[in-house]
Parts: sequence; C-alpha cells; structure tokens
Amino acid sequence: MAKLESSSKQMDDLFDQRNMDWYFDKLVQMIVFISGISAIIFVVGIFVFVTVEGMGFLLEGFSFTEVFGSEYWEPSDEDDPEYGMLALIAGTASVTGLAMLIAIPFSLGAAIYIAEFSTGKTREYLKVLVELLAAIPSVVWGFIGLSIMNPLIIETFDVPVGLSVLNAGIILGLMAAPIMTSIAEDALKAVPDRYREAAEALGATRWQVIYKTVLPAAKNGLLGAILLGVGRGFGETMAVLMATGHSVNIPGSVFDSVRALTATIAAELGETAVGSEHYQVLFSIGIFLFLITFIINLTADLIVRGIKNQ
Amino acid sequence: MNTAHDYAITTEKLNLWYGSFQALFDIDLNIRNGMITSLIGPSGCGKSTFLRSVNRINERLGYVRIDGKINVQEQNIYAEKVELVQVRKQIGMVFQRPNPLPVSIKENILFGHKLHVKDKKYSAADYNDIVEKSLRQVLLWDKVKDSLDQKATALSLEEQQKLCIARLLPVKPNILLMDEPCSALDPKGTAAVEELIWELRGEYSILLVTHNMAQARRASEECIFMLMGKVIEHKETSDLFVTPDKKETADYIEGRYG
Repeated sequence: MAKLESSSKQMDDLFDQRNMDWYFDKLVQMIVFISGISAIIFVVGIFVFVTVEGMGFLLEGFSFTEVFGSEYWEPSDEDDPEYGMLALIAGTASVTGLAMLIAIPFSLGAAIYIAEFSTGKTREYLKVLVELLAAIPSVVWGFIGLSIMNPLIIETFDVPVGLSVLNAGIILGLMAAPIMTSIAEDALKAVPDRYREAAEALGATRWQVIYKTVLPAAKNGLLGAILLGVGRGFGETMAVLMATGHSVNIPGSVFDSVRALTATIAAELGETAVGSEHYQVLFSIGIFLFLITFIINLTADLIVRGIKNQ
Repeated sequence: MNTAHDYAITTEKLNLWYGSFQALFDIDLNIRNGMITSLIGPSGCGKSTFLRSVNRINERLGYVRIDGKINVQEQNIYAEKVELVQVRKQIGMVFQRPNPLPVSIKENILFGHKLHVKDKKYSAADYNDIVEKSLRQVLLWDKVKDSLDQKATALSLEEQQKLCIARLLPVKPNILLMDEPCSALDPKGTAAVEELIWELRGEYSILLVTHNMAQARRASEECIFMLMGKVIEHKETSDLFVTPDKKETADYIEGRYG
C-alpha cells in the first residue's frame, strides 16, 4: 500500500514539471492571440474615430434632403455653404459601374482560362503575373490615366478633356480585375474535379463542362469576387482623383468629368480647419463610405462562405 | 462460331504509358456483347486504367500515351477521325464514388440527353417521360418521384449511384463501364446496385471493375484476371473461379496475395 502511494506521488511530480517549453508555448499563444484580436480592435477604433469626428455635423447641420438630394457641393462658400453629395455619389457610382462592366468579363475570362484551360508552367506564370498586377500602387494607375489615357481619349474620340468617367472607369476596371481574377479562380478551383469528370464522361465538350457544370457550381464564389471588386471600386481614391478630372458634376455621358466621394476627402481634408463644419462633413462622407464598403465586403464574405459550407 | 458482331469491345496490342511508366502491356481482349464481364486483380494491376481507356476519359490527365487499338463496334476509337463526344455517347461510365452533378435529380437524368439528342424539340412532357423511364429502370422512381427538383447530391450514396446509372440510359449507350461501382456503398446498397447491374445485362454490354472477388463471382458472366498490366486469364466466371488455368490466377483467388 505504502509503496503504491509513494509511486503515485512520484507520478504527480512527473506530470507537474513546467519547463521552458511550457512557458514559451504560453507566451507564443498570448502573442498570437493579441495579434489575432488586434484586427478587430483597429477596425472598431477607426470606426469610432471617424464617427466621433463626423458626428457633430450629422447631429446638427445634417439635412437628408440637402446631402442626398442636392448636387451642389459648395463647402467653401463663406455665407451659405452647401453640402450636396448627389453629384459625388453619381461620380463614384458611374466610375465604379463602368469599371465593373470592364472588369467582370475580363476577370471571369482570365479566371476560367487559368483554372480550366492553362496547365503546368503557363498556369504558374499567369498566377504570379496576376498577383503582380494586383500589387501595382494606385498612384501609378492614376499616372497612367493622367499621362497615357488622357491624350489617347482626346485623340481617339475627339473630345476636349480626356479626364472623365471613361478614363477613370477603364483605369479602375484594370485595377480591380486582378483581385477579382484571383478570387474567381479560387472559386473555380473549389469545384470538385469529380463534377468535371462526370460531365466529361457523359460526353460534354470542354465548354459544356464549364458552362453547364463548373460555373453553376462556383456561382456563389464568382458573385463574391464581383462584389469585392465593387468594394474596391468604391474605396479607391488616388487613381480616381487623378483620372476623373475632379469636377463636381452629374455625368451625362462617359466623356464628362466627375468627382468621387473618396477623392473629395483626399483633396479637401488638408485645407479645412480641424473641427470645422466642412471638416466634419468630410468625415461623414467617410462614415458613409465605410458603411457601404463594410456592407459590400460582408455580403461578399457571407456569399463566399456559403459555398464552402455547402 | 463467334463473329465480330458477338463482341462489344475488342482490343489489339494495347499498350499504355503514364509518362514513362508503362501501365498496360499488349492487351488483347474480346469482350462479349450483352454480357457482364468483370475485371479483377490486385491494386495497380491496370484494371481501372484499361476501363478508363475504353471511353478515353484517361486522356484528361494529359500525360497518357496509348499504342494499339480498341475497337468498339468494329471501329477503332483511337483512330484520328473519331469524335470523343460520340465515343462517350456510346459508352456510359459509372465511377467509384457516386458523382451526381450539383443540380436537380431531373437535370442529372437529362444532362446527357440534352447534350446529345437533338433530333427534335422535346416538350416538358417528353422530358418527364424520359426521366420516369430511366428512374424506373434503376428501381429508383418510387423513391424520388416526388422530389425530382431537389438536389441530387442530397440523396443517399446508394441512391446517388443508381441515379448515376440512370442518367446514362437516355442516350442509349451500348456499353456501360463500371469502375468499382459499389466500393462506397454499404452491403445493402451493394446488393441493390448489383441486382440492378444484373437486370441491365443483355440490353447493355457491361464491363465491371471490382476489388471484390465475391462480387465478380456473383455479378458477372465472364471474368478477366489482370496482373502487373497484363491479362493473365479470361474465361467464364464460373470456370475461372473453379478451374483456373494459370497458377497466378489460382493463387490470387485463393487469397495468397493481393
């Protein structure tokens, strides 16, 4: 009996040793945990900051009909400043809309080619190149819009200005396409190969396999890719600032200059007095943009998750 | 006297390589019309490879090289002018894991038909007839007649496999290839699918790859034993299991290796 007790005490000692590995493991767990939740802290922090800065205007000077109903953006008028965002919203929407018209066919086509047709080395090179395209800084795209697209549009279409919805839409479309391609390709890759094999064995051609089997199965992921592209379009600032012409205007054609919500903040924030009404209005645009991109990204995320759980 | 018409598939000196690895060696086979022929042998003996070269689905791997002939209805399907789509219309295939497409039961049945049969306009009623007939033939109609518009992937594995057989029938193939069709099923499902395969013989020539010797014995009329990419023996199933000619066959069916 006594022997048994002493051996069980020995066992306790044996299992109760905390060495360096144990402490190191705890430390790493803690660091990883903090890094993990930091993303949440930053997002909440930014939202709180933007809201606090813009709240003054939303609570006092805000008029729904003026902000969303008026096309007059005249924040610098000393006597009676007007903050109509309608033209800015129209600017952002028209540029994003045109960008998507260009980016959706391009990126879906590229994704289908990479995922379904290309093989081996070609596929690897293409994937790297697409990633590389996605990494081009937006100011470089803006520069291309300003110095290459601008004269090109003036010459080709014989219009007085080349900084317009068309210019910014093309630039933004090219910017959004790589990331959309990459996500759409992931969605196509997630379609189990046995579906393709089944359709092929039934005698479907390559295109029939893609059109009748792969695309329907990947539909949610592709929709998610498109929505992320839209989110990218709404949020893009620098390239849009440089390529739109930056004039407040509800566009009547693609050759009209417009101004985007994001570009307005970037261009005007530096010139306003901290805490002034103009300053607060710019922050309320920020809140608006934040909410829109948040909703778009969340929807995209939920849709993409939807396919994984199926 | 056997004539060429008695054979659904004949092969002449068929050799197959995956890259530089040779998987099939000089396969010469005459597979009888309207019968169930089973292919047995240990893993890696080339039985699935052979099956998958009969409808040329092997080619989707991209690094497969083939030499020799496979004649289906006296036509070499590896001849240059042969249309892959036509080959696959003639030859249906059932896979190891049931692989219904992620669409409704009805659309699964009509998938092949819509691809191949373009002789006239089909009305909704025509389509319904086709669906009912195919599902009845695989003894699935009573179970799914009220849920034809539901996703096929929600069915049980046994039902999925029966559906995978049913969707081959509307295009009226001559040959059905089955690659271990019961290996994902439980004993009850296996029995049901075996019974179904037995029902289909006569109308179709069936080539059945199986890992399960008892299944070959139960569910086939002729049997081919393969080893290391070569055909060792091919004769009537009842004969092969009772009086095998070759020592390798005897050792395998007695379970000394494999």
